[in-house]
Amino acid sequence: MSKVKFGIVVFPGSNRESDARHMAEDILGQQARMIWHKDSSLGDVDVVILPGGFSYGDYLRCGAIAKFSILTEAGLLPGVLLRNSSLKFVCKFIHLRVENAETRFTSKYAKGDVLEIPVAHGDGNYFTDADTLKRLDDNNQVVFRYCEPSGELTASSNPNGSISNIAGIINERGNVFGLMPHPEDAVDPVLGHTDGRKLFDSIVENVIHQLQPA
Amino acid sequence: MNQLVSIIEPEVTLQLALEHGLTEDEYERILSILGRVPTYTELGIYSVMWSEHCSYKNSIAVLKTLPRSGKRLLVGAGEENAGLVDIGDGLAIAFKIESHNHPSAVEPYQGAATGVGGILRDIFTMGARPIAALNSLRFGELSNDRVKYLFKRVVKGIGDYGNSFGVPTVAGEIYFDKCYTGNPLVNAMAVGIVEHGRVAKAIAKGTGNLVMIVGSSTGRDGIHGATFASEEISEASEAKRPSVQVGDPFTEKLLLEATLEAIRAGYVVGIQDMGAAGLTCSSTEMSAKDNSGMSINLDKVPLREEGMSSYEIMLSESQERMLVVVEKKHENDIKKIFDKWDLHAVTIGEVTSSPKVSIFQNGELKGEVLAETLVLGGGAPVYIRETKEPEYLKRTRSFKPNNVPVPSDYAKVLLSLLASPNIASKRWAYQQYDPLIRSNTIVGPGSDAAVIRIEGTNKAIALKTDCNSRYVYLNPRRGGQITVAESARNVVCTGAKPLAITNCLNFGNPYDPEIYWQFKEAVAGIGEACNVLETPVTGGNVSFYNEDPEGAVYPTPVIGMLGLIEDHTKVTQSGFKNAGDDIILLGETRGEIGGSEYLYQVTGEIFGDAPSLDLNYEKSLQTLCLELIAQGRVQSAHDCSEGGLAVAVAECCFQNELGAIIHDLEVTYRPDFVLFGEDQSRVIISAKPADSQAILELSQGHGIKAKVIGRVTEKPFLNVIDKIELDILQAKGIYEKAIPVAVGEGE
Repeated sequence: MSKVKFGIVVFPGSNRESDARHMAEDILGQQARMIWHKDSSLGDVDVVILPGGFSYGDYLRCGAIAKFSILTEAGLLPGVLLRNSSLKFVCKFIHLRVENAETRFTSKYAKGDVLEIPVAHGDGNYFTDADTLKRLDDNNQVVFRYCEPSGELTASSNPNGSISNIAGIINERGNVFGLMPHPEDAVDPVLGHTDGRKLFDSIVENVIHQLQPA
Repeated sequence: MNQLVSIIEPEVTLQLALEHGLTEDEYERILSILGRVPTYTELGIYSVMWSEHCSYKNSIAVLKTLPRSGKRLLVGAGEENAGLVDIGDGLAIAFKIESHNHPSAVEPYQGAATGVGGILRDIFTMGARPIAALNSLRFGELSNDRVKYLFKRVVKGIGDYGNSFGVPTVAGEIYFDKCYTGNPLVNAMAVGIVEHGRVAKAIAKGTGNLVMIVGSSTGRDGIHGATFASEEISEASEAKRPSVQVGDPFTEKLLLEATLEAIRAGYVVGIQDMGAAGLTCSSTEMSAKDNSGMSINLDKVPLREEGMSSYEIMLSESQERMLVVVEKKHENDIKKIFDKWDLHAVTIGEVTSSPKVSIFQNGELKGEVLAETLVLGGGAPVYIRETKEPEYLKRTRSFKPNNVPVPSDYAKVLLSLLASPNIASKRWAYQQYDPLIRSNTIVGPGSDAAVIRIEGTNKAIALKTDCNSRYVYLNPRRGGQITVAESARNVVCTGAKPLAITNCLNFGNPYDPEIYWQFKEAVAGIGEACNVLETPVTGGNVSFYNEDPEGAVYPTPVIGMLGLIEDHTKVTQSGFKNAGDDIILLGETRGEIGGSEYLYQVTGEIFGDAPSLDLNYEKSLQTLCLELIAQGRVQSAHDCSEGGLAVAVAECCFQNELGAIIHDLEVTYRPDFVLFGEDQSRVIISAKPADSQAILELSQGHGIKAKVIGRVTEKPFLNVIDKIELDILQAKGIYEKAIPVAVGEGE
């Protein structure tokens, strides 16, 4: 069976490309290729990852996950990311509740699952207007929300002040997923956390499914 | 107008030399080396190269007494930008610690940020990819508003630079004491990995080879930073804000990738970071290493500001720059690589066979200096200063332990120790650092030492920075020994064998004989411990002049320890893991409270003598721990340090919110001294009861006292010989909230 090809876009300010590569190659056993942001084409890839990093955003051409702020700035996802309400960078493990398990990024989870995943950001405070928020809810576009270990949504479980505890959203077509937490840093048993693994397994399964003739 | 002002050069006189921080003798020496009066540019060059910061003139003779060789060391101490230690599998670890104290005192955010940036460049200029960053910080007491500001901004500066660059900040230490009020200590350590045979050298060789400046353009920032670092902090220091450089971690990340790509491609003959003293230091040190020279045309240097003089360009400490020597045929290859990463790569001169560095601007020779006469190990001055045993020791040694009142409530004492900012959780700070990035961090901040997996192998390295400066103040020699012993013990608690150290020696003014005595004694102690524990010194940094108008800081020789774990599945952490496990204390408890946090809390004084230390006993203890961990008999291991046994047991409970009953503790002396004394060479381990007998037997074989003192309980409650009864969750809350509350962010 051919491997799923992950393209990891490297741009000035990106810094989690080695985490994404480790996840795709060493953990999932798939292929990963770094794509320099000046390259004019993404080439032959099935999944594009814009890894974590800082707002120095450039461009995006096709279906992809992650690097929330680039996706919002590029207009691929609604809303904006503001400074954390604490005004400080925060890196810690938080809990996420799966709000929508019917996406190609989360199909291996069940709705209501609670995941332990790290965040690492200074500008992760998601904000949008009331109309957009309603539309996101109505269309089931909110994929993850910050929560307590019990799954309860509280202000104290929200690490950055995001509106409605939103941690990750998907576009209407369901092929662009932006999220603040770093599931790629919760896939390796040696490092003690694996709750992010199913997210990437979902992607791989859905890509393979898509590639296979019906 | 500005342009003219900066180009008109002042006349060089003795007075001007003195203003540059040179002594009269040193100025005479420059006159005799040159056989003439130096140009203004040359005066600038000599003054920075002969500053304490670059020349180590008052420390090098003492530093040379340290053990600096070992079979794993691939370069000698001070030979390259950082130490290099073989870890097998064809891999080596480059690591170094450096101070950025004075810049951080006047501009804490940029001072700390560029401290991180500078030490990272020291690592990747060797061809090593940075895989971890650590720090060691000292501030005054948090009740002081200025201290609060310094603390917050330094932490933010460290976090922002490391997080943006993409290196995990994995461990550190933070202490608060009045002696650091005006002169905080900000020491940054970086660790990188490189394959043998891919190590780049800081050398200029091959006549006709090109000299290129790569990275950022050059501005007026940081001029005389090295000289600023070589004087005491005073009211005038605020005016030296312009001496503080400004960091750009995004550019540094690009510089990292471009530099490693160029080194891997084999295009680099020699390369050196432009840190302190910028172009001056890199050009002269690289030349002196091969007894070659350089001809440099400053008109080619990409500038950030117009009208910069040769003096300013040579002394600028603009960040994120490197000097590279390449063969002519690879000039375009280098340009292509740096262009890809949006960075300058400009040829500014060439390597010459004469041993001189010649500096041209506008077709005029602005200076010509013999490289050898400028550098450490060459013509830079070397001084051995006068020493005198400090007066204060009479007072501190007159301490009578029995004058300390016996406490009525031991639980209250423990809670107040846990709430001391020196002992309390440093989560407020390290949560602003990203320890996870790069996906190799097995143990991050908050444990005894950090553990980083070495990709592609079963190995991991353990890292720790450590220094208890109170002990060094009370007894510099033993305090120096303890600093090494404790940092080694910390990495041993993870299962790592200590391999080597880097050190950052923070002291007051070396011209004060009492300070110099502290320095010599502390270095002697470090050397003794390194010899016994077989951890040679790979290099580091000396920072003198850490004084404010109130006086000198405590002597603070920070040790950065590197340890190696052969099998990363055997990593041990400090927290108790399973209810029902036995708690075993390894080592002797004598109840020594000299210099302890307990004594400070009760008396407000740093008094007595540093705890005693038998280095051979320490070595046996560490060997024992490593054997026990390798046999898989240890569930958790934690060093006993500040706050003593009671604090250590409480900390072991916090991580997994378990409890403990300590029922079998020998109290041969006052219970408060037994519970809160800071005796050295002790480790608390937990083990399955089935393993306890074997542990006790092996300990006996090593001559180490071992005793089952209690057991881990499911209920998060701590009982210590019925003297302390405490809810662990409540205690943990106090331990976690102390620093947020002290900085005004907790409830």
